[in-house]
Amino acid sequence: MPRPPKFASVGAVRRSFAPWADPDAKPLIRFENVTKRFGDAIAVNDLSLDVFEGEFFCLLGPSGCGKTTLMRMLAGFEHPSEGRITLAGQSLAGVPPYRRPVNMMFQSYALFPHMSVEKNIAFGLKQDGLPKDEIAARVGEMLRLVQLERLAKRYSSQLSGGQRQRVALARALAKKPKVLLLDEPLGALDKKLREETQFELMDIQHELGMTFVVVTHDQEEAMTMADRIAVMDHGRIVQVATPGGIYEQPKTRFIAEFVGDVNILEGNVLGQENGLWHVQTPSAEAPLTIDDPDEVLHSGQAVAIAVRPEKMVIQRNPPGPGAVNVLTGEVWDIGYLGDWTVYRVKLASGAILRVTLANRSRFVESPIDWDDQVYVTFAPDAAVILAE
Amino acid sequence: MTRRPFARRLTDGLVPVIPYLWLGIFFLVPFLIVLKISLSDPAVAQPPYKPVFELSDIVSFFQGLDLENFEVLAGDDLYLSATLSSVRIAALSTVLLLLVGFPIAYGIARAPARHRPLLVALVILPFWTSFLIRIYAWIAILKPEGLLNQALTELGVITDPVHILNTETAVYIGIVYAYLPFMVLPLYASLEKMDDTLLEAALDLGSTPWRAFWTITVPLSMPGIIAGSLLCFIPAVGEFVIPDLLGGSETLMIGRQLWSEFFSNRDWPLASAVAILLLIILVAPIVVYRDVEARRVETQR
Repeated sequence: MPRPPKFASVGAVRRSFAPWADPDAKPLIRFENVTKRFGDAIAVNDLSLDVFEGEFFCLLGPSGCGKTTLMRMLAGFEHPSEGRITLAGQSLAGVPPYRRPVNMMFQSYALFPHMSVEKNIAFGLKQDGLPKDEIAARVGEMLRLVQLERLAKRYSSQLSGGQRQRVALARALAKKPKVLLLDEPLGALDKKLREETQFELMDIQHELGMTFVVVTHDQEEAMTMADRIAVMDHGRIVQVATPGGIYEQPKTRFIAEFVGDVNILEGNVLGQENGLWHVQTPSAEAPLTIDDPDEVLHSGQAVAIAVRPEKMVIQRNPPGPGAVNVLTGEVWDIGYLGDWTVYRVKLASGAILRVTLANRSRFVESPIDWDDQVYVTFAPDAAVILAE
Repeated sequence: MTRRPFARRLTDGLVPVIPYLWLGIFFLVPFLIVLKISLSDPAVAQPPYKPVFELSDIVSFFQGLDLENFEVLAGDDLYLSATLSSVRIAALSTVLLLLVGFPIAYGIARAPARHRPLLVALVILPFWTSFLIRIYAWIAILKPEGLLNQALTELGVITDPVHILNTETAVYIGIVYAYLPFMVLPLYASLEKMDDTLLEAALDLGSTPWRAFWTITVPLSMPGIIAGSLLCFIPAVGEFVIPDLLGGSETLMIGRQLWSEFFSNRDWPLASAVAILLLIILVAPIVVYRDVEARRVETQR
């Protein structure tokens, strides 16, 4: 019996913006059964995907998963072996890179070393044969957008990594493309700068209302910036969802493990009762109770229960009677990260759980210590059942 | 404070001296001798000029030097037209070398990485045979009853043999053939370093492949273009063997003029003056290039 969804939403989403949920919305970019082979190797395997106008879309996956090939096909540097790609309803087959209303920010930035910052930004506009004063005005606008007015006359060899990244961004934005492609845009920046730039990119995208397609292997980057994320593996898309959807409702074990940290408890389905699934697992004495009504399972089926570390509770006192999902073990390791403390708990079954606890106060009366016997619990709706 | 051993300090101090020593002995001293001879007068004697340097009579030695030979050079149209003709032939040859060398260098730089060492080796391969033999081979190819005319007659392109040997055209063919590696290697070195994503970026920004070539590839290979052009232009201006063997009597080049002053007329002082003139012509473009290059590096720092 299907129940009304318990959650209004998962994660943080722009509630007013969800064209993918609208069956009448026309996608801006459409991949239809696209396959790309390099010799015998298949880089992209029968892949279909829609990206909508104004979206900040992330292609996320480990290296070699085909995400860069997908982006290069959109830019026109590679051509699909099979299938087709359309942009605003027009097929891109046979359209060379220099005639596509798509611009790319390269991973290496690819700034022209023999041109100053302003000449780099003006390059694309010059190719369109715009009048000089219009080019100058647009270059000025772009320099202001990325806050590089002072460095207009510099050459790329005279810039820092962060400044180069901004020039590359300004150059790709200058032509106001329908779609901006960003290949690992923050890969070369250090951690602090990366975080700042993530928010800046979001602001710029919001301000210009442009469609951004970002390729990244960094899940944190994808989670922060994207409206939707497509997780890729071995040339296929495994799941397309909002960051919240990917994190809270992962479709497969690969995604659960690739995005964020997760504890996996393997077990077998006992049955369903009041919409709750009961799963027997060697990690706990009593069967686990899981609230994941959308799954269709049968008794005896082998499943994996995925629980995020921050959704588990760790305590030294035994939980009261009637508590569900109780796992017992001893503290194996403690990692103090300042904002969080990470506990690694070894269960009687030998499995090691990762439990995180936010350090809400500066002083703790009797902190959990190494080798303490502890109880780890989680709510029925904190877990996701992944069919094996 | 530890002191390095004396021998070590001595050798460290001497290493930078080596190039100066070499250039001093094999360039500066000969240059001064040639300069001195160019300021002397011809004489029927051994050596065939006067005054001869003598420490005992140094005052009359310096009084014996004058600019008479340079006045002769300035006064005689032959030298001016030989100089201009040399510069013209060398310049046109350099342009032809660029036209032939650039596609070759570009092709090698674009070839699969494992083929490149072989292709570079093939470009240098002609050096394994003597320069003189290769130029003589061109005589056999270009002469009226030579390979080229035979082939063209067989193919029915021509009925009467074309006269290429002993013309300026033959000189161009010889120079382009002989100097090609000096053009290809520096071009290849700068093209091979180029980052391909720069071309992709240019295409992505709306540039056609042809425009991307002119706005990205050519400017970025400019150091190679300049180095290759200098390496070809400078020796081509003073070239003697190629115009002598392949060129005709009307092919006027300063190197030939120098040879005939030296050996036919046995006028060492005038020949030396021609040599000094040649040096001045060749040093000028290098100085200009160094200056431009230094300023470019300065602005990009």
